[in-house]
Amino acid sequence: MKRYEQFPHTADIGVRIYGKDLKELFENAAFAMFDIIADLEGLEVEVKEEIECQAENQEELLIAWLDELLYNFYTKQIIFFKFDIKELTNTKIRAKALGRLVGSNRNRLKTEIKAATYHNLKIEKTAEGHKVEIVFDV
Amino acid sequence: MLWEGPLEKIDDYRWRMPKSYKEGMRVDGIIYSNERMLKDIRQDKAAEQVANVAFLPGIVKYSLAMPDIHWGYGFPIGGVAATDVDQGGVVSPGGVGFDINCGVRLVKTNLREEDVRPKLKDLVYALHNDVPAGVGSKGEIRISEHEERKLLVEGSKWVVDHGYGRQEDIDHTEENGAIKGANPDAVSSRAYERGKNQAGTLGSGNHFLEVQIIDQIYDEVLANDFGLEVGQAMLMIHSGSRGLGYQVCDEYAKDFIHCLSKYGIDVPDRQLACAPVNSEEGKAYLGAMKCAANYAWANRQCLMHLARRVFEKVFQLGPTKLGMDLIYDVAHNIAKIEKYNINGKERTLCIHRKGATRAFPPGHPELTPAYQKTGQPVIIPGDMGRNSYLLVGTRKAEETFFSTCHGAGRVLSRSAAIRAGRGRVISRELENKGIIVKSTGRELLAEEMPEAYKDVNEVVSVVHGAGISKRVARMKPIGVIKG
Repeated sequence: MKRYEQFPHTADIGVRIYGKDLKELFENAAFAMFDIIADLEGLEVEVKEEIECQAENQEELLIAWLDELLYNFYTKQIIFFKFDIKELTNTKIRAKALGRLVGSNRNRLKTEIKAATYHNLKIEKTAEGHKVEIVFDV
Repeated sequence: MLWEGPLEKIDDYRWRMPKSYKEGMRVDGIIYSNERMLKDIRQDKAAEQVANVAFLPGIVKYSLAMPDIHWGYGFPIGGVAATDVDQGGVVSPGGVGFDINCGVRLVKTNLREEDVRPKLKDLVYALHNDVPAGVGSKGEIRISEHEERKLLVEGSKWVVDHGYGRQEDIDHTEENGAIKGANPDAVSSRAYERGKNQAGTLGSGNHFLEVQIIDQIYDEVLANDFGLEVGQAMLMIHSGSRGLGYQVCDEYAKDFIHCLSKYGIDVPDRQLACAPVNSEEGKAYLGAMKCAANYAWANRQCLMHLARRVFEKVFQLGPTKLGMDLIYDVAHNIAKIEKYNINGKERTLCIHRKGATRAFPPGHPELTPAYQKTGQPVIIPGDMGRNSYLLVGTRKAEETFFSTCHGAGRVLSRSAAIRAGRGRVISRELENKGIIVKSTGRELLAEEMPEAYKDVNEVVSVVHGAGISKRVARMKPIGVIKG
């Protein structure tokens, strides 16, 4: 199954994300975001961060998770590309995010994502698992 | 996916969306456009977003959209909405956007095209080298949280006091570069952290620094008042509040989702989450938004200072000979509290301008003395291959709460632009047209290629034709620095 694909959005970047279960959906959403931010091909893991966040419901949790990773990217200068979700409920996520420091990889950066938005956000069940469309403000 | 809702023609420039279109709309929508551009507007979901904005409690008169309207998140880009503060009117962080006080400034020079051309490559490379740009770029100003708090209140003045510019720059900036009522306590430590190293950085995406030449004057008298003539070199800067603003919007947009049930507000998209202006949450957001707005003015002030330094170096001229005076600096993502006469009564309104520019007419009491006679300068950046404009505000613009367009507006998505750019060298195409471009990000030039935008000339012809602002001068780009 494809992890994600872009759909056309005039000003920003729209991404349709797939996952066989919710865990995979959350992991693939994070991967999609960093795949837009940087060229991830061939990067090797150098550092890891424990990420934990909470929200009122599953959809808000998805955005909170992405924004938490984004905050860590900007302040700790880590390009994340592997995600290991330890715990995922409707309102809480606990995960390990693995990545590489920007450092000498600055020229891999492609796009500045400002935030993940709530625009038309809806996690849907499909025959293969789950899908969701997210609009990133760039 | 064509939007097929009703748009009734009012005149050649105005189209009404009746509130009967969607249950829950409190007012009609009005889109400023010509007949041809309306076809582009129907290509995405922007018009639906005009309808959604009409749901906001306290909205006054209309949900408005300028001719550069395109699909955003929550609000359309190019959207204007006024809510009545004393009638339960709301403020929506999504109606300002993540890049709080994204805006533009226009600087004149005493140089002419023939002075700049021989040194253009030097100038573009030096600007690209000396002005930090790109994803998450950091600036030369490193400040403690204590100083950052001062910067958030003082805006442009803080940077000028630290040697980055002069008093006249402050006089020629919307709100004098520091909107009153900024509350540093409403800004989270995370926002401080993201803002710490980013003052004086351009950023990425559609942000830019351009060297331009005036190629047309529309109003000789006004152009003369501003000291502008055909052939003169200008500098334009487009940037915003960087990570600090994004973080502020992010946190409040999240919190405001809970305000929807708390205040019994029904909106069709969570990104339109809002709270009454007079509520505790509304006040906190505006206090924080003003901090981010002041940060953005400080940022553009820094960027201008860095650019002036480069011009001095490249042309070996001092500040007086270069004459790099700031014409004006405008915000185009912001919410402002302004007073209007509605049905014979003075009302205090919260004006959301999401991709729209304030355009005060001559004689407006809140306008700086220097521009009382001319009206407020309005700066409209176009794409990097065509034109940009200087306009002024008009009395007629009271119908749009003294608001006008903010740019060209996109027509192609970024992925469609990248597809259209395959196998092409955009920088070479532009160079063949006499425009030198330098960018940091990969794929950025394709994303930002001229065809990805509406023709700014057409957008401006609508706001001029509708009378909500007036053309003064047109510029063409010759040197472009992208993040």
